Amino acid sequence: MKTAVIVFPGSNCDRDIAVALEAVTGTAPTMVWHRDADLPADIGLVAVPGGFSYGDYLRSGAIAARSPVMRAVVDAAGRGLPVLGICNGFQILTEAGLLPGALMRNRGLSFVCRDVALTVGETSSPFTAGYRSGDTIRVPVAHHDGNYVADDATLDRIEGEGQVAFRYAEPVNGSAREIAGLVNAGGNVLGMMPHPERRIEAAHGGRDGRALFEGLLSKVGA
Amino acid sequence: MKLRIVVTLKNGVLDPQGKAIEHALGSLGFAGVAGARVGKLIELDVADDTDDATIDAMCRKLLANTVIENYRIERA
Repeated sequence: MKTAVIVFPGSNCDRDIAVALEAVTGTAPTMVWHRDADLPADIGLVAVPGGFSYGDYLRSGAIAARSPVMRAVVDAAGRGLPVLGICNGFQILTEAGLLPGALMRNRGLSFVCRDVALTVGETSSPFTAGYRSGDTIRVPVAHHDGNYVADDATLDRIEGEGQVAFRYAEPVNGSAREIAGLVNAGGNVLGMMPHPERRIEAAHGGRDGRALFEGLLSKVGA
Repeated sequence: MKLRIVVTLKNGVLDPQGKAIEHALGSLGFAGVAGARVGKLIELDVADDTDDATIDAMCRKLLANTVIENYRIERA
């Protein structure tokens, strides 16, 4: 499966996700600069990586979400292309309107950088195909603005429609209903604050993140 | 034309920075602070013939995230 990774000024997990995607798919992703207006043809996934795009100016992800390449990402998501946003990528996807809600300053105000336990939710999305609902996985978080906020009606809807992909199994940042990651109504867009791409090899301290990529590849990979 | 865009958190959205400020004022001995909310002030210098609809669109499309924030436009 061919993939692409978007690179913004201030992205810093673009290489991590590129290494993870190459390890799982066997093909190095195409790195796409934020000013490009088009995505490569024939890709099966576009990843929006973590980092501090545009220095988190205005709001985390706000400026990146309005960059030229994000118009192409929004269009592709509308056609069903899988889109994965991790950490700052999750913030960008909410700012771009691909996912509901917003990510605010952590309730404890501190930057949180440690391994956390996540519970896999009940989604029919290809992004969670490599796990079973209820599985507990351990992956790192590293963020200041990971406190997921949405109004009660939105939270009820995304829970009711099986859009919660991952929940924190322990208090981390104050997120509403412990939501760590969610998919859109179509299941082809996943945003999550934790970093599965940093748990691909045993040398990283575990391989709990690998199943996310392998599951996706098994469902949508060519 | 100079504009001031005041962006504030919606009621009900928890503001951890505001809480920290409220506690810090209390620990400095200022009694009676019942709440603190942190917002943003954005000063814009726009062409004089910029219409209200355009200014409103600037706020909705970029300056405020209307999921969590309200905005107010002040003309200098």
